[in-house]
Amino acid sequence: MVVDDTIERHTIAVLVDNEAGVLARVIGLFSGRGYNIESLTVAETDADEGISRITIVTSGTPMIIEQIKAQLDRLVPVHRVVDLTTEGASVERELALVKVAGKGNKRVEALRIADIFRARAIDSTNESFVFEISGATEKLNAFVDLMEPLGLVDVSRTGVVAIARGKSEL
Amino acid sequence: MAGKSMNGSEIIIQALLNEGVDTVFGYPGGAVLPIYDAIFQQNQLRHVLVRQEGGAVHMAEGYARSTGKVGVVLVTSGPGATNAVTGLTDALMDSIPIVCLTGQVPTHLIGNDAFQEADTTGITRPCTKHNYLVKRMEDLPRVMHEAFYVARSGRPGPVVIDLPKDILMGLGQYEDFSQVEHRTYQPTMKAGKSEIEKAVSMIASAKKPLFYCGGGVINSGPKASKQLGRLVKLTGAPITLTLMGLGAYPATDKQFLGMLGMHGTYEANLAMHDADLIVAVGARFDDRITGRLDAFAPNSEKIHIDIDPSSINKNVAVDLPIVGDVGSVLDQMLRVWKDKEFKTNARAMKAWWSQINDWRSMDCLKYDQSGSVIKPQFAIERLYENTKDMDCYITTEVGQHQMWAAQFYKFNEPNRWMTSGGLGTMGYGLPSAIGVQVAHPESLVVDISGEASFLMNMQEMSTAIQYRAPVKVFITNNQYMGMVRQWQELLHGGRYAESYTDALPDLVKLAEACQWVGLRAKRPDEVDDVIQEMIEIDRPVIADIWVDQTENCFPMIPSGAAHNEMLLGPEDEASKPVSEEGMVLV
Repeated sequence: MVVDDTIERHTIAVLVDNEAGVLARVIGLFSGRGYNIESLTVAETDADEGISRITIVTSGTPMIIEQIKAQLDRLVPVHRVVDLTTEGASVERELALVKVAGKGNKRVEALRIADIFRARAIDSTNESFVFEISGATEKLNAFVDLMEPLGLVDVSRTGVVAIARGKSEL
Repeated sequence: MAGKSMNGSEIIIQALLNEGVDTVFGYPGGAVLPIYDAIFQQNQLRHVLVRQEGGAVHMAEGYARSTGKVGVVLVTSGPGATNAVTGLTDALMDSIPIVCLTGQVPTHLIGNDAFQEADTTGITRPCTKHNYLVKRMEDLPRVMHEAFYVARSGRPGPVVIDLPKDILMGLGQYEDFSQVEHRTYQPTMKAGKSEIEKAVSMIASAKKPLFYCGGGVINSGPKASKQLGRLVKLTGAPITLTLMGLGAYPATDKQFLGMLGMHGTYEANLAMHDADLIVAVGARFDDRITGRLDAFAPNSEKIHIDIDPSSINKNVAVDLPIVGDVGSVLDQMLRVWKDKEFKTNARAMKAWWSQINDWRSMDCLKYDQSGSVIKPQFAIERLYENTKDMDCYITTEVGQHQMWAAQFYKFNEPNRWMTSGGLGTMGYGLPSAIGVQVAHPESLVVDISGEASFLMNMQEMSTAIQYRAPVKVFITNNQYMGMVRQWQELLHGGRYAESYTDALPDLVKLAEACQWVGLRAKRPDEVDDVIQEMIEIDRPVIADIWVDQTENCFPMIPSGAAHNEMLLGPEDEASKPVSEEGMVLV
């Protein structure tokens, strides 16, 4: 077998029982086996069934990615593991809150750029804004980069959430 | 019993009984006293009191591996649980089904650094297949039964249930959940038809096929070994086994090439290297097996049958993965092979066997027992010759003696060989032997041991006396941590840092002090007599066999080398120095 060594970025959705310690199992698996986590989000998505959805963005060779999915699937509280990168088309979004402090022209410029990026000001003082922006990771990166010279103070990001396109359930 | 109000400890006992448990290995302490009280008040469940919790897990492992049942451990909170960690990790690496009940401080004290509190589920999360902390009375019956299901299903492994003391004493209802289907954990048992047909036709058309089989065959049950034997016979192909797989195919059969890997036979390793088709069955391409990965079996296609999808394509990319229970998949393969009247290529097979027989003629396990010092290989070979027709179980510790036991003791049946393969836990053999003996009171149970490993868990000698477990500890005594010494000789210029055990106890006197019998052999002609006497004595025995201190274990694939770069004996050591990259590896 020819082994492919290229590093790929994959977004993986994991449906788990929402029970104590389940996130520690997932994170411990990544740290214990030396896999990368680029982003991780988790929240309960079905309160009646007690199911949480974890979205992990990770990177590795095709063999490592396959191994990550097999290892996740082996955890007892895991219902399903779906690689959104390979299994059909999907959309990804991330949300960030970005705090910018400044006066005068810089303040005007920050608002102007926020407008271009469709970011909303959700808090404002005489010397600061908090913007809410959502979109692809790259768009958020670009926005944050542009805010840097305009008085960037703080960034809080959710990490990537993703969902498959089309009508079917995960 | 359903509907009757019981306390948590009684619920636990009832669940254990309904799971068919007859023996628990454990050690009491504050947090688990209510369970001990419940054990005291019944007489269906037997408790074996160990001398340290680490011993309890190894005993349960020996019990589990020799019976195919789940081994059960009961320890207290804090140090009781942390002492069990090595055994749990051992069971995880070797896929042994264990349910370990640990006491915990009462729920309202969890997180307060209470006396004998430890974050047991946190500590054991990476060293168990799964673990539970029971915080609600109503969860207890379900968790008890689910733990057994998880431990024995799919790829078996250890499961911890952490039990706060208020749960053990609180009142609740018992319900038998042993037949309830698990909502997420459902391992694949059978393979698809097309995969099976493809596998069978790949075997039939191979010119140099080789079966490479491991502990998964044994975990699948004795029937899997029988089916494996049938398939290997039908194909006429050679077979090699991993350390964990010994006994899955009769070692005395001529199609068996011996164990493969770092200390495997010349013929098994060269066959792996030259094969054009490797059929991996319940084995995981471990680093002790593959040697240098980029030179591993370079010209072969690979079929990999395993119940654990994460074992497939982990270290070695395979051409045909088959996820399923080994026994079921072998059944399916046999049926297709017979129905479609497959045949292997007779001419190619003949050439393949003639090549293998050439390798065999190297006689790679030969040793020279001409002097007056006992060679360890000779001692183990004599042990085999003297016990081979008996109902005998063998356990080992870890090190040179373990490899010699694997090379020289020929197992013809599964479940007769208990060794710490994946984790390599020194001190495994004695407690494991006691666990085997408790399960098989009439059989001969021998721990093939080294003196250094033996010292690691020798407190369990006392357990053997208490439960009249007449285990035999056969110590190849060279006063060194032999494998450490061997690596220091090969890799570190013969600087034997801390590998010599000064001030060893007199093992015969030690045996006597512990109410065992101590025997000793110092010369080759004494070995048979000591073995015979050891077998005949109906008590635990230490046989202290003084062996050559400088003997090294060969053949050996040094770290970082390929299968065809084996060291066959001392004369090879100088000519094939270990590479820099190899030295970094373990």
